[in-house]
Amino acid sequence: MLEVQNLSMRFGGLLAVDQVSMDVQEHEIVSIIGPNGAGKTTVFNCMSGFYRPTGGKILYRGQEIQGKPDHKISRMGLVRTFQHVRLFSRMTVVENLLVAQHRHLNTNLIAGLLNTPSYRKREQKSLDRAAYWLDRVGLLELANREAGNLAYGQQRRLEIARCMVTEPELLMLDEPAAGLNPNETRELNELIISLKEDYNVSIVLIEHDMSLVMDISDRINVINQGRPLASGKPEDIQKNDDVIKAYLGEA
Amino acid sequence: MFDEFYFLQQLINGLTVGSAYALIAIGYTMVYGIIGMINFAHGEIYMIGAYTSLIVITGLAALNPVWLPLVLLVALICAMIVSSSMGWAVERVAYRPVRGQHRLIPLISAIGMSIFLQNYVHLAQGSRNIGFPSLIDGGFTFGTSEGFQTTISNMQLTIFATTLVCMTLLSLFISRSKTGRACRAVSQDRKMSSLLGIDTNRIIAATFVIGAALAAVAGLLLGMYYGSIDPLFGFIAGLKAFTAAVLGGIGSIPGAMLGGLILGVAESFTAGYLSSEYKDVVSFSLLILILLFRPTGLLGKPEVEKI
Amino acid sequence: MVARNFGHALFCAMITLIISYPIVGFDLVFTGLSLELQQVEAGTIAGILLAVAAVFVFQLFRPAIMGTLARLVGLNPLANRPPMEQNKRLKLERGALTIIVLLALIWPFMASRGAVDLATLVLIYVILALGLNVVVGLAGLLDLGYVAFYAVGAYTFGLLSQYLGVSFWVALPLGALLAALFGFVLGFPVLRLRGDYLAIVTLGFGEIIRIVLNNLTSITGGPNGIGGIPDPTLFGMEFGRRVKEEGNASFHEVFNLPYESVHKVIFLYLITLVLAVFTLVVIRRLIRMPVGRSWEALREDEIAARSLGLSRTAVKLSAFTIGAFFAGFAGTIFASKQGFISPESFVFLESAIILAIVVLGGMGSQIGVILAAIAVTILPELAREFSEYRMLIFGAAMVMMMVWRPQGLLPMRRIHVQLNRLE
Repeated sequence: MLEVQNLSMRFGGLLAVDQVSMDVQEHEIVSIIGPNGAGKTTVFNCMSGFYRPTGGKILYRGQEIQGKPDHKISRMGLVRTFQHVRLFSRMTVVENLLVAQHRHLNTNLIAGLLNTPSYRKREQKSLDRAAYWLDRVGLLELANREAGNLAYGQQRRLEIARCMVTEPELLMLDEPAAGLNPNETRELNELIISLKEDYNVSIVLIEHDMSLVMDISDRINVINQGRPLASGKPEDIQKNDDVIKAYLGEA
Repeated sequence: MFDEFYFLQQLINGLTVGSAYALIAIGYTMVYGIIGMINFAHGEIYMIGAYTSLIVITGLAALNPVWLPLVLLVALICAMIVSSSMGWAVERVAYRPVRGQHRLIPLISAIGMSIFLQNYVHLAQGSRNIGFPSLIDGGFTFGTSEGFQTTISNMQLTIFATTLVCMTLLSLFISRSKTGRACRAVSQDRKMSSLLGIDTNRIIAATFVIGAALAAVAGLLLGMYYGSIDPLFGFIAGLKAFTAAVLGGIGSIPGAMLGGLILGVAESFTAGYLSSEYKDVVSFSLLILILLFRPTGLLGKPEVEKI
Repeated sequence: MVARNFGHALFCAMITLIISYPIVGFDLVFTGLSLELQQVEAGTIAGILLAVAAVFVFQLFRPAIMGTLARLVGLNPLANRPPMEQNKRLKLERGALTIIVLLALIWPFMASRGAVDLATLVLIYVILALGLNVVVGLAGLLDLGYVAFYAVGAYTFGLLSQYLGVSFWVALPLGALLAALFGFVLGFPVLRLRGDYLAIVTLGFGEIIRIVLNNLTSITGGPNGIGGIPDPTLFGMEFGRRVKEEGNASFHEVFNLPYESVHKVIFLYLITLVLAVFTLVVIRRLIRMPVGRSWEALREDEIAARSLGLSRTAVKLSAFTIGAFFAGFAGTIFASKQGFISPESFVFLESAIILAIVVLGGMGSQIGVILAAIAVTILPELAREFSEYRMLIFGAAMVMMMVWRPQGLLPMRRIHVQLNRLE
């Protein structure tokens, strides 16, 4: 469903991403791994529309999306999380989930002011969906807390829930396990698999936690210094000499 | 009367005011380069420089001094000291405590500071216009046609010369001195610099102080050139200088100089060929257009949004 | 501890002396034709020295003083109490608001003409501040040219009445809509800009509009302004002694009352009150709607909001336009109240006052903003000697608020929602 062809991104003199290609099929978890500074997040930023790539194509369901504004890409069903959690920290947990469902706010301005039944019904639906996902990630009890006051692991889960209420088709997770303890990582592992199995979402994952990556990925792409290094099934990647060298250094 | 001599005259007038704008613009651009914020109170610091120099000149006049350059030099030094102290205090009171908070917060605190300083001078010296004696008269005339003369006054020459000296000293300071090098390092990467043992707080304070000192120079020069000052004198000039800084590319010191000159000339041509009422409109429109179409200015580097 | 601070304290005291003595300690006075410098009276000098001493002592014992202050805050019994339960709070709030509105309806009939007139002005500022609160407090867009939209509203009425004889009731929606249109058109290009650039561009816009009004002498009367703007009518009844317009009746004749000029003032006050309540209710509703939440989301984290499909331009533009709409509203009322408008009333200072109200009231909080509007407008009237220092104090207060309490004196309370677990 997603196809990245020869993606390049240049910042001034720095070629951060160089000819990266990859694809994601329906119902699949694909990981991008690589050492720090390899350009993984830059690939994400291009796919989600924050950067306009300087070369290459990104096709989503056959449609070119490179260079489209980020909010349009998100409305097509590609939604992402951030390496450093980005919540609306002074808003409550449930408000964070409501905002995510407000893409078409212009349509109901008058209806909202008059509080018409159809508007109320829509609001109730948003609330119900928010409640469902809060329950799903175990934050229902904290619904009225300010998001900024949650513990780190809870913030991570809230960010994923916030993506899920938009009913995405493709979810891009940028280091979701960073800063989590082993217990939380295990829960995350289960959550990601459940997103794929139960909600039919495809997932692109950037992650450093190798046990998590090897555990849940269907396929893995390795990037090093902006260039694609290898790609394939987890067991192949584990055996790949280039990958081992890149990770262990030229010792 | 719109012949080449008239044109030349507008050009000279524009470059004069423009070079003074450039002096003020340096303050905006340096502070922005280092902490990424607009120093909204900078126009007021320039205004305070103008007031201080007028007070000193008036005070010295009572003593019947013999040598004019000495009077001006003393006034200049006093104005620089007072403005720099003010710049230091502004940074300390309105910027440092809110650094790193949500963007809106330092901005509002700076605007509060600007309102405070305007009214501080207003209360101390009254809101009326005060005449600034033009101590430097005379000039050269070099071209006459149909009754119009192109003149370059000694005052204008003084402004050029002083600006040139200040800019040279600043460039030397930035490139040669230890503090100057530290300034450049901090503007590249604040966190890294502080890890390398640079006292970033001190460097940030230093940029406020240097910018304020240059603004004081501009205050004395433009005060004399315009011939009168009032407490609102800094507000518009500050906006203009900010425009100059943005025009040249905020964060870039040569950009500020270039931007100041361009803005000064643009204004002077508007005043000369259109109407002096609209010269502010032209510079604000220029500001808006640059921000919309080339927010990095003429000499600025593009910024990459970090995620 | 104290010894280590000594040098710093001395330095701070020196700086205080340098920045205060030359500016405050001398007066530039005209004697005849020449400018002279005079020493100010001893009291002022003593004041300067006192300030210097205060800075010195404060810096010397700074840790101790700050520690004591922190402890004092801790002593406040109200500081750490658990927040009131939402239902109870909402009930209380609603009750309080009803009582306030009722009182506001009744009191002008017992008060003096001047007091009612002032109250009308306060209400105009309430409308302005509530509108700016949407832009600054909720959407986080620092608009320093807000007064431009106020001017658009006022001039719409002024010009329409002068050239077309349009009445208040027609001009009111037109003024607001035209201001909103201005907000929309001006907002469209500039809202892409980052926060501080936006601030300065809006400031520039505000100045441009004022300069243009000042110079289009043939249409706007330039600095002389526009006069003879009519008062509002009540179902075709005028409040003047004599009826000005053909076909209108006069209020005191219809009701068989002796003519009193205060009727007009009270009527205008009541209209303004109704409009202020309208503004309050509409904005209160908007805050709880998707559009209001999007404003806040964009303020909190623009990148995250965009990543969820919110269009930055649409969200910002809606806030900007709605803010401008209410400014236009207030402008129309202002024009009618004064009967005369000139560019003088729409200087940057006005924008700054409205911003100060929003900041002091706690950005986002409506009750806070209303209270601040009342305080900021009434205090200078109550204490005349204070009015000279008004802007000085506002400026200082803005800085201090940002340093110590950026959320404002009465920060916004989040709304709690009841969620049900679904199956």
